[in-house]
Amino acid sequence: MALALPTGALVLLALLWELARPRLRATLAARKVRSADRERSTELGYDRGRELRAEQRARALLASCIDDEDWAMYRDLGFLRVWGSARHATDGPAAGAPYAYLIYPHRPIVAYLPQTGALLNEYCVAFPDLSKPYGSARLPDSDDVLAKWMALTADERRLISDANMHLPGRQIDPDTVRRDLLRLARWERERLAHGADSVRAA
Amino acid sequence: MKLLRLKPGHGEIVLAEGDVEIREQEEELIRAFRRELDAGMWAAVPTETRGGRREAELVRSFAEVPRDAERVIFFPRAAGGDHRAAR
Repeated sequence: MALALPTGALVLLALLWELARPRLRATLAARKVRSADRERSTELGYDRGRELRAEQRARALLASCIDDEDWAMYRDLGFLRVWGSARHATDGPAAGAPYAYLIYPHRPIVAYLPQTGALLNEYCVAFPDLSKPYGSARLPDSDDVLAKWMALTADERRLISDANMHLPGRQIDPDTVRRDLLRLARWERERLAHGADSVRAA
Repeated sequence: MKLLRLKPGHGEIVLAEGDVEIREQEEELIRAFRRELDAGMWAAVPTETRGGRREAELVRSFAEVPRDAERVIFFPRAAGGDHRAAR
């Protein structure tokens, strides 16, 4: 009996240690990454205030370049939809776009079918400024969206051929994209209803 | 006309500004335009379709820029990448 209790305690401790170890290891790894990020940010002169001001400027420029409705979509939902321009040879000029893209800041462009919501591809594309002003090659979020929007609306084929194409789910969780498509549909319904109300009131 | 460049950590900066109808100012705009293209930038002009829809047009020389364009926006050329690796 005198031996069984300490042995049992030891076994219990070992079991608890085994259970806690993965979480402990993950916590330590995350702390290490955060610490490295902080050190790197300090080395590169990362300035949160400057980045926020840069983003404010980028948002103002984006708003001045895209349609009001597109700007409202980005402001409210955090992404932009761009209709695909390629049509089948048999489609008439009145045919709607058979596919569309979702543009996220600093994430791949996602192609999908608006009729079914089926996801087609992810196009991974970046606009790195190799001169690295302020130590980073990364544009502010809204400038990244603007660059993608300009390149896509100006020369879709060129941008897509420059991008790395992957199946859906490689970098963006397909469930997240599906949820975003549902949010977009709801957002459009609400805007439509709001527009109809405004017309009736007038 | 304004020549703008998207810049990390800053947002857009004005590279040059001038009236294309005034020769000296146009030459200054052309010089700045070439500098950016030589640095590997892409140049886009925000435009509007007949239907009123906004879009952009990529231009490869100053001659391709519509005379009445208000802005030309330069941005780093596209490169295929992996956003996970970039983070």
